[in-house]
Amino acid sequence: MKVEKGLLYLESHEWVRLEGDEAVVGISDFAQEELNDVVYVELPEVGDTFAKGDVFGTVESVKAASDVYLPLSGEVIAVNRELEDSPQLVNEDPYGKGWFVRIKVSNPEEAKTLLDADGYAKFLAEEAKKGGH
Amino acid sequence: MPYIPHSDADRAAMLKAIGVSSLEDLFRDVPAQARYPEINLPDPMSEPELLDYIGAFGQANADLNHFICFLGAGAYRHFIPSVVDHIVSRSEFYTAYTPYQPEISQGTLQAIFEYQSMICALTGMEVANASHYDGATAVAEAIVMAYNVQRKKRNKVIMSPYVHPEYRATARTYVQGLGLEIVGDDRQDLDAILNLVDEQTACVVTQTPNFLGEIEDFRGVGDRVHAKGALWVVVADPISLGLFKAPGDYGADIVVGEGQPLGNPLNFGGPYLGFFATRERFVHKMAGRLVGETVDAEGRRGFVLTLSAREQHIRRERATSNICSNEALNALAAAVYLAAVGKCGLRRIAELCYHKAHYAAKALSKVRGYSVVTTKPFFKEFVIRCPMPVGELNDELLEWGIVGGYDLGRDYPDLANHMLLCVTERNSRAEIDYLAKALREVAK
Repeated sequence: MKVEKGLLYLESHEWVRLEGDEAVVGISDFAQEELNDVVYVELPEVGDTFAKGDVFGTVESVKAASDVYLPLSGEVIAVNRELEDSPQLVNEDPYGKGWFVRIKVSNPEEAKTLLDADGYAKFLAEEAKKGGH
Repeated sequence: MPYIPHSDADRAAMLKAIGVSSLEDLFRDVPAQARYPEINLPDPMSEPELLDYIGAFGQANADLNHFICFLGAGAYRHFIPSVVDHIVSRSEFYTAYTPYQPEISQGTLQAIFEYQSMICALTGMEVANASHYDGATAVAEAIVMAYNVQRKKRNKVIMSPYVHPEYRATARTYVQGLGLEIVGDDRQDLDAILNLVDEQTACVVTQTPNFLGEIEDFRGVGDRVHAKGALWVVVADPISLGLFKAPGDYGADIVVGEGQPLGNPLNFGGPYLGFFATRERFVHKMAGRLVGETVDAEGRRGFVLTLSAREQHIRRERATSNICSNEALNALAAAVYLAAVGKCGLRRIAELCYHKAHYAAKALSKVRGYSVVTTKPFFKEFVIRCPMPVGELNDELLEWGIVGGYDLGRDYPDLANHMLLCVTERNSRAEIDYLAKALREVAK
């Protein structure tokens, strides 16, 4: 299981890559492994705005449907249309081709509240110890 | 022998647990005179006496083995080939519930899959669910789906006044918690209804044939609805689709309706089934069960419930619907019916309905005191104006052994004294001529 360096994470297993005043959002390798085969991803529309922590989409696997939360407040400026026909990209390349949305970040300060890669890896290790999953 | 399982000791233990001393003590808050009222029941009967007694009540019904029927308005009497009862009575199919376990339910799952496939063929759509409770529920679910497809951003629903009045009432009940507003059914014509379509409109709901039996001209409707980004829901009589163009072929996004005419008896109003079909791109927003075809580990064809993540047992409060069940046995009857009559047979049945209804309209237009007010093309129902209130007229017709038409004044105040008559392939020419005679005599 991979935790990509250089990204920021939420404890609900979304990642965010900051690129200037924009950010790309997806779900972590751990999340895709837990979900198993992803069969459908429901994404927002370009122009939708969300606050940090809002549900912005849903990811469905064969036997579960999970909400996905936006790590930072912002406006959606692009969505990964490839996921419509190829939801398996979330499983195959969660930090790359399996990205969900690109947003224009409205409050960069919020990034300080997110976990870095080490922090997220530590969080996962603690969760595993608790036997939560 | 009273069928009460508790002994005196059980009762004493329960009374003690809740801290009262006796049964009388438990009920002391009930006013004394209401506590143990005298109930004057007749003496018990033996089983044969009881059957005779209840059977006599049954005789009071105007059942369609003994009465001629010209009543439709959403529930239709069509011929049901005996193979339908034969198949649905097989014990393998004795469940009204959708099976979860493909390992033991291949027959039922395949039957539902075939039902869905035939509904798609009939409606011109790409995906159909395993059915809803009835036509009204299917209409309401179509509205909810349109709202979800629009990501809950549009809260206006436009309905034609000639969608079945009970479907409109059900839809209003159904969507009240979602904050949707249903408008349009106070308008008179399609153009006025379509003028209401705006950027806030989730969907437009029309019916064909409409509640008055007419085939409205839907050319251009899809474009006008879609121009504003709304969806178009078409409520259709499945038998009519044997003869008329499939709604999917003229731009409908969701096609729903009452499936009862397909192999299901009138059943005093239920159980019925609602059919529901839509475009594949909306499937994740669709309510209800869905059976899909797949292959097993050895590559053999098989059937399973699919895309279940939409449903309540997985998605909980965020499910596409609170109803994740279906009317499996009724859907099975519909599937067997459609398979039995076939494409040509269904067309023939629809043609018979069409021609007999038109024969009836012509015959009744000649009866003094009555006039046929339907001017648009119609299928198996049409409207006549009567010389007296429809309720009184129907009482008279019952004396003639006829179940008369629907009293439109109940739902449309400007249509008092107007009767909606239904003629299907079950009505013989002699029956229609007899109806004309009865109407003439009653009006004298």
